[in-house]
Amino acid sequence: MKPRVAFFDFACCEGCQLQVANLEEDILGLVNLVDVVEFREVLTGNAPDYDVSFIEGSITRPEDEARLKDIRSRSKLLVSYGACAATGGVNKIKNVWGNIEKVKKEVYGKDAGMPHLATYPTKAVHEVVKVDYFVHGCPITRSEFLKVVKALVFGTTPDIPEYPVCVECKMCGNECMFDKGGVCLGPVTRAGCNAICPGNNVSCEGCRGAVPNPNNNAMHEVLAKYKLSVDDIKRQFTMYALDPEVGK
Amino acid sequence: MSSNAIHIDVHHVTRVEGHGKILVDIDKGEVKTVRWSVPEAPRFFEAMVVGRDCTELQPITSRICGICSIGHSFASLKATEAAMGVIISEQTRRLRKILNHGENLQSHVLHVGYLALPDLFKVGSVIPLATTHKDAVLLVVKLHRLANETCDIVGGRTTHPIRTCIGGFTKVPAEKELAGLKARFEAAIPDLKTLAGVVKSVACGLPDFVRETEYVSLTDPAEYALYDGMIKSTDVKDAIPVDRYLRVTNEYMNSQSTAKWAKFNRESYMAGALARFNNNHAQLSPLARAVAADLGLAAPCYNPYFNTVVQVVECVYSVEKTIEHLNWLLDKGIKNEPASVKPREGRGVGAVEVPRGILFHDYTYDKKGRCVKANCIIPTNQNHANIQKDMDKLVPQFKDRGKDELQLMLEMLVRAYDPCISCSTH
Repeated sequence: MKPRVAFFDFACCEGCQLQVANLEEDILGLVNLVDVVEFREVLTGNAPDYDVSFIEGSITRPEDEARLKDIRSRSKLLVSYGACAATGGVNKIKNVWGNIEKVKKEVYGKDAGMPHLATYPTKAVHEVVKVDYFVHGCPITRSEFLKVVKALVFGTTPDIPEYPVCVECKMCGNECMFDKGGVCLGPVTRAGCNAICPGNNVSCEGCRGAVPNPNNNAMHEVLAKYKLSVDDIKRQFTMYALDPEVGK
Repeated sequence: MSSNAIHIDVHHVTRVEGHGKILVDIDKGEVKTVRWSVPEAPRFFEAMVVGRDCTELQPITSRICGICSIGHSFASLKATEAAMGVIISEQTRRLRKILNHGENLQSHVLHVGYLALPDLFKVGSVIPLATTHKDAVLLVVKLHRLANETCDIVGGRTTHPIRTCIGGFTKVPAEKELAGLKARFEAAIPDLKTLAGVVKSVACGLPDFVRETEYVSLTDPAEYALYDGMIKSTDVKDAIPVDRYLRVTNEYMNSQSTAKWAKFNRESYMAGALARFNNNHAQLSPLARAVAADLGLAAPCYNPYFNTVVQVVECVYSVEKTIEHLNWLLDKGIKNEPASVKPREGRGVGAVEVPRGILFHDYTYDKKGRCVKANCIIPTNQNHANIQKDMDKLVPQFKDRGKDELQLMLEMLVRAYDPCISCSTH
C-alpha cells in the first residue's frame, strides 16, 4: 500500500508547499509513489491519520500548538519542512524585540489588544513536538524534498549535508563573498542549496540553519582576515534564527 | 433539501492560499448569519523590518508571500528606491517587467488550472483530472513550468528572487538564456489558446451572479498597468498618486478576521485581475483582446466569478509583453550594471500590480538607512470586505438552491478572488 501523506501549514508564506506544486511533471510521478490524503491548498478532503505529515510554518499561538500536537498524535512520521518550520525562519525576528506587546502595537496600533490577535514568541516545529526529519531552506530545494520523500517511501534515511555552504560554494567555483566585500554566513550555514545565493552574487543569509557543530573558530578567523567583527554579522544571524551558539 | 434551515460551516476553505472560514445560518427561510472570516496567525512583518538595514527589506518582505514574492520584492525595492532617490536603468525596468509577467503567469496558471478548474469539472482536485483530462493538465503543467523557469533565469530562483536588489540586479541572465526563453514564449501562444478553449468549454458552469462594486487598480497611460502607474478607482475621475495610497486603502480591524480590511468610497472595493480589466481593458494587447472577446468577456464585468476568466486573458497579455521585452533586451544586448545605494533619510512608497491586485509597501528610513516605520497593504486585505459583501448578496439570492449547491457557490466565490490569505495576515 502506498504511504498516506498529508501537508499542513502554520505561520508562513506557503512558498514551500508551492515548491511541491513547482515539481511540475514530477508531481504526477510523486502521486504514483504516495497517496496524498490531505493538502488544503491543493485538494478538498481530509483523513483520520497519516503515515507521513509534512509541516510547514512556525508556531505562534496556543491554538496552533494544540493543532500541531493533534496532527503529531495521528502521524507515524513527521517532517518539518522549510525554514519557518525547521528553525522559526524570519518569523523569529519578532522574538528579537523581546516584548510581544510592542510587536503587536507596531502592527495593529490601537486594536492590538483584540483577543483574536493574541500571539507569543515564535517557535520552530521541533520546539513543540517530536520531529523525525527536516527539509531545510527558505524556500526548500525541490530536489532535496524529493530525496527525502523517496527515502521515506523506501524506508531509508535521507542523506542531508552536514557540512557548511562554503564547501558547495568552492565546488561551484564561486568567488568568495568576503573577497567581494560582503559579509557571508556560508562558513557556519548547513549546505544543500548548492550555494545558490553566493552563486548569484548575494551573501548567504543562513536560511538553512546552522551546520551541526559549527566551526566558530574558523568563522572568527574569517572575520579577522577581512577585518570584520562579530557585531558585523550579528544582525544577519537574526534573519533566519541561526542557532544562538553560532558566532560565540 | 428545502431552504428553510441551512447551516454551512466551512473551515477551512480548500484550494486557496491560507486559512479562511465561511459560516452561513438560515433559519425558517430567513438568513441569520453570513460570515467570511480569517483565523490565520498574523506574522508581524511590519514590526520585523523595523531596525533592519535598507538592503535587508526586500529579502525579508519577499517572505510575506510564497506565490507573489516577486511582486513583494518590487513593491519593497520601489519604496526603498523612492525613499533614497535611486533611479533604475531601462534594462533593469525591462528585466523587472519580465519577472512581474513571469510571476503573474505562474500564479494565474496555478489558480486557473490547479485550483479553480476542478470545480468546473466537478472534482476535488487536479489529481483526478490528470487521468480524465491528461492533455489539458499537461498543458497547464507546461505553461506553469515556463513561467517558473522564467523567474529562475531572470531572478535566480523561482520563489523569493535572489538577484533583485536596490537599483538593479546582482547578476543578469545570458543572452543565450533570453533567446531560449523567447522561443519558448512564442511557442506558448498556441498553448494558451488551447487553455482558453478549455476554460471556455466549462465557463458556463460559473454562477450567474452580478454585484457591481468599486474597482481599484493601477493605471498607466503607456500600457495595461502592472509594474508602474497611478491608482485608479471606478468611483473617482482622476488617477491618484501612489504616495497618497492611504486615502484609498483606509485599513481597519474587525473581530471576524486577523487580517485587516479596507474600504474607499463604498463599504468595500475589489482589487485583482477583474479590477484591472474593468479599469484598463482598452490597453490589452491584440491577442489578449481577441481571447477576451472569444471568452465572452466585455468590460465592465460585474460577475466576481469571472476574475478567473480574466486571469486567462492576462496570461495571454503577459506572454505577448514578455516577448516584446525579450526582443528589446536581445536587440540592445544585455550588460552587467553595477547597482549601489547611498543610504539617506526619507520615506518612500512603492506600488505594483501582483496577481491578486494592487500592492503597496511604504517605508521610512533614518539617515543610516535603517527602517524606522513600515506599512504593507496586500491585495487580499483590500478584497476581504468585498468577499463579505458578495456573500451578503449571494446567500439570499441563491438560498433556494439548497445547502450543497449554496456551499459550493460560496467556496467557488472565495476561490474566484484567488485570495492569498497568509499574505493578508502578514
